[in-house]
Parts: sequence; C-alpha cells; structure tokens
Amino acid sequence: MKPVIRVENVSYTYDGGGPGEVDALLDVSLEVAGGELVAVIGHNGSGKSTLAKHMNAIFVPTRGDVYVLGMNTRDESRLWDIRQTVGMVFQNPDNQIVATTVEEDVAFGPENLGVPPTEIRRRVDEALSIVDMTGHEKSAPHMLSGGQKQRVAIAGVIAMRPRCIVLDEPTAMLDPVGRSEVLATVRRLATDEGIAVVHITHFMNEAVLADRVVVMEGGRIALEGTPREVFSQPATLRRLDLDVPQVTELAYELRAAGAPLPRCPLTVAELVDDIAALVGKGARQS
Amino acid sequence: MSDTIIQVRNVYYTYMRGTPLARQALAGVNVSIERGELVAIIGRTGSGKSTLIQHFNGLLKPDSGTVAVGGRDIWRKGVVLRDIRRKVGLVFQYPEHQLFEETVAADIAFAPRNLGMSETEVDEAVREAMRVVDLDYDALCDRSPFELSGGQKRRVAIAGVLAMRPEVLVLDEPTAGMDPRGREEVLAEIRQLHETHGYTIVLVSHSMEDVARFAERLIVMDGGAVVMEGSPREVFRNRDDLVRMGLGVPQVTGLMAELAARGLPYAEDVITVEEAMHTLLPALLRVSGRGEGEVGA
Repeated sequence: MKPVIRVENVSYTYDGGGPGEVDALLDVSLEVAGGELVAVIGHNGSGKSTLAKHMNAIFVPTRGDVYVLGMNTRDESRLWDIRQTVGMVFQNPDNQIVATTVEEDVAFGPENLGVPPTEIRRRVDEALSIVDMTGHEKSAPHMLSGGQKQRVAIAGVIAMRPRCIVLDEPTAMLDPVGRSEVLATVRRLATDEGIAVVHITHFMNEAVLADRVVVMEGGRIALEGTPREVFSQPATLRRLDLDVPQVTELAYELRAAGAPLPRCPLTVAELVDDIAALVGKGARQS
Repeated sequence: MSDTIIQVRNVYYTYMRGTPLARQALAGVNVSIERGELVAIIGRTGSGKSTLIQHFNGLLKPDSGTVAVGGRDIWRKGVVLRDIRRKVGLVFQYPEHQLFEETVAADIAFAPRNLGMSETEVDEAVREAMRVVDLDYDALCDRSPFELSGGQKRRVAIAGVLAMRPEVLVLDEPTAGMDPRGREEVLAEIRQLHETHGYTIVLVSHSMEDVARFAERLIVMDGGAVVMEGSPREVFRNRDDLVRMGLGVPQVTGLMAELAARGLPYAEDVITVEEAMHTLLPALLRVSGRGEGEVGA
C-alpha cells in the first residue's frame, strides 16, 4: 500500500545559527499508510510534536523531505492540498471549538472549503456518527464533557475528509472515561475509515491499541515496532523513563525471576489467559 | 485524640443558583482531613472534587452546611478569610499557567509579600520554599520561570503556595498533562513534603495507580457526594462500583480479580506491582517445577 505520509531523513533545527539553536529532529524516517494507527511516544522535548508539525507543512524540514500523497511539503503551491489531506487535532479541546452548537462546529471546516449545504449536512451527520456523538447536534459545546468536546473536535476534522489525521496528545487533559472514549474513536478512524492516523502521546499504555509504535528521544527514533515488540524491551523503556502498563511490568518481573510466562502481555486479559493456562493444568490435577 | 484540621459538614453547593443553568455540584458532603495525613480525592470530571477543595479555603461559600479549619467555622463573623487561605494552600490545575513574574524568586515571593510579610521574612520564605521543592536558589532565583522545564515550572508554582507556610497543601491534579518524567518528579516531591516536612496533603488525582502508591486514605466522589472512604486497599475492593463510576482500579488489582473469577484466588487486596509479584511468583514457580517433573516421568 502506498503511504499517505512519507518522512525521509528529516532533520529540523530551531533557530538555526541563532543563540537558541536546538536540533529537534535528527535524521528521522517514517511512513504511515491509510488504515494504519501509528503511536508516537516520547517525553517533552523528544521531538514528537515537531515531527507532527512536519506532516501538514506547519514546519518544513531543515534537511530531508516530507511527502503527503507524493506532494513535497516544500512545494508552497500544494500547501492548500496538503492541509486538506492532513487534519490536526490538538491537546486542549476548548481551544479548538469555534461555534455555539455541535453541528455548526463540525460544519465550520467544510463550509470554509465551499462544500454545498446538502453535502455539509451529510458530512456532519456522518462525522458525528463516527465519533459516536449522534444526538448531540444541537448541544452547546461548552456543556459537554472533555471527552465529548475532544470527539467533536475530531468530527470537525473528519468532516473535511482528510486522508490522514494527526492527533497531538488528544487525551492529555481528559479523565479516564474521556480518555478511553477518545482512544476508541482514534482506533476506529484507522480501522473503519481507512484513515492514516498518527497519535502523539506521553503514555505507553495508550500505545497498546496502535498497529505500530515509534518511540522518540532526543530528536531521534529510539525504538520502533508493534506494541508487543516495543513493550518486550523494558530495559530500553526504563532507560527512557517511559510509563509501561502495570501488567507488562509485572510480567517482565515475573519472567526475570523464572516464571515460565510465554510472552510479554499488553493487557490484563492477556496476562490472565497466560497465568490461567500455566496454572490451570496444575489446578485440574489436584 | 484525633486532630482534625479541615471539617466539612453537610455542605451543599449549586453553581449559578436561581438561574436556568443552575447545576448542583455538592449535595450533602461530609469530609474531615486530619493533621499530618496524605489524602487523595478521586472521582470523574463533574463529580464535585474541584468544587469541594475550593470550599476548603473559602474560595466558594456553601449554600448550606459548614466548613471549619482548625476548629473554627470559616464563614462565621470575625474570621479573616486571608488567614484561612494562608493556612490552606491551594494549588490549582496547571498552576504553571499562573506564573507571571520576571524571575523565579519574584514569582514565589508574590503571595507572602501580599500577606504583608517583611522583606527579610519574604526572602527567607522564598529560599525555604525552593529548598523544600528541590529547586536550587542560587542557580534559579534570577531566571525567568518561563525558561524552565515543565516539571520545574510546576514546582515553582507549588513553591509559591508553600512560601505562605500553609498548614495544609491542597493540589488539584498536580500531575495533569505532564510527561512521565515530570510526573514522577512532582509525585516524589509531594511524598517528600509529606514524609520529610510533615505537611498535611490533599490531592485530587485521576490515576488509580498513583493513588495506590501514595495515598494513605481515599475519598471517592460521585454525583456531588462522597460515596466511599478508606485506605486504598479498602476502596479498591469495590471494583464493580468504581468501574460504574468511571474510575476503575489499578491494573494489577483488576488482574487479581480476573484471576479469582477464573478460580485462581491467589490473594485479595493487591494494589501494587510489588504485591502482585510477591503473590504470583511462588505459585508460578511451583507450577513450572511440577511441569518439569511431569515431562521427566
């Protein structure tokens, strides 16, 4: 499958030659295909947000190139097409909501694109259904919960029909319920809608749902793979001070102490299955 | 004899009372905070946590019910609220957004100066507050707070409250929005304030894993009321209720409950990874030993 986003050997320096010169990205390469959910993890200052801002030409690389459906983000004549292809969702839902009702807010983007009214209606209904907010069309956004607001912000991006959505810490300000609502929505954007999804987050436990995890540190990709591949390297993760789910940490400790667990579990259910399979045999014999 | 420092009795509070947008936030809340304890308040967004802590220092006035600090009703005539706000230091969510002075020292000095301390006292309070939160006075006092890392900024904001020398420190989601390094830094700081400096601490948190590790007592809020109270171990026994309230339990507590449901009841009351490790390892090693024996036979 052809990638929607192709990042090729990108380096980016803030304030090049100036007093605050910082290399924020160093030779980063990455591809994201339609239908794929890629989680990008790292601490503040690791370069993950800088990378995200390259994906819709908010930043252009100091060295290297970024292609969006084959369009080079350096090509200013394609800027409009690039921004329509790649939608962005940010951390604070309150800063992203512009209208006084949910449906007007979701319609704002397509209206600006000059989409005809009947088509806008269709897109608004569809986008609200994808984020599971049907029935809230007439609600005032400020009366919604954080998770609901963030899903309205996502619907506003979906209504523009982007091929890729980049979400920069969309759960950082939400409580656990809001967080899981938004995570489920993010997963569906890739699986059901075939959108290329890039999810930037601080939290390893949010990466469990991704198809691929990219761990950034000091402007470079420090680790990359499926969640299980990445979570199976606790020594590296610890060195990077990353937050590993409790079950993964527990299984690692148990295995290190000699318990014959077969794999690195990502969820409570997986570890329950593994322990039950091991012990179940002994339990039936007694 | 118990030494209650904050006593909330039967408090009701409604936002925008008397308007069509009225929303009841607290409905008959009773809470007491004892001197020297570390208490966590948990509950989902809208459960009344932030409204409750704003009653602790008189930022909000109850519609009915009473709030006492150090045994005195803070809304009785003659009580100076400024004294209450000095005794009960409140650190809001994202407190670093409220940093505004040109230097770290000036920012921390703002509240004590407003309280009318002399310049010598202010300087002493700033130095002490920075020492307590592990910020190097000489290295940082003249720096702009905006140049610091996220964890450092938040500690400057906490130091600004500590400089008032409060008796109780109340923190609303002190680790919200921080990266894991910043979170560990701030949590370690809070634990140290409690253990080494003896502060009474109340914190609002969304992380069940964190409160299991840190708090001595949990207060669970739902729909504007306190619905559970007790040690983390006691509270986390009520997994189904907590899940229904949108809260949940630490992952390892859930793991042990799922194992019990499969007929493998190793130990109840596990709330940390270490405890789960101690419980599961002997059982798993025993099984593996027996397994090898069978292969040999």
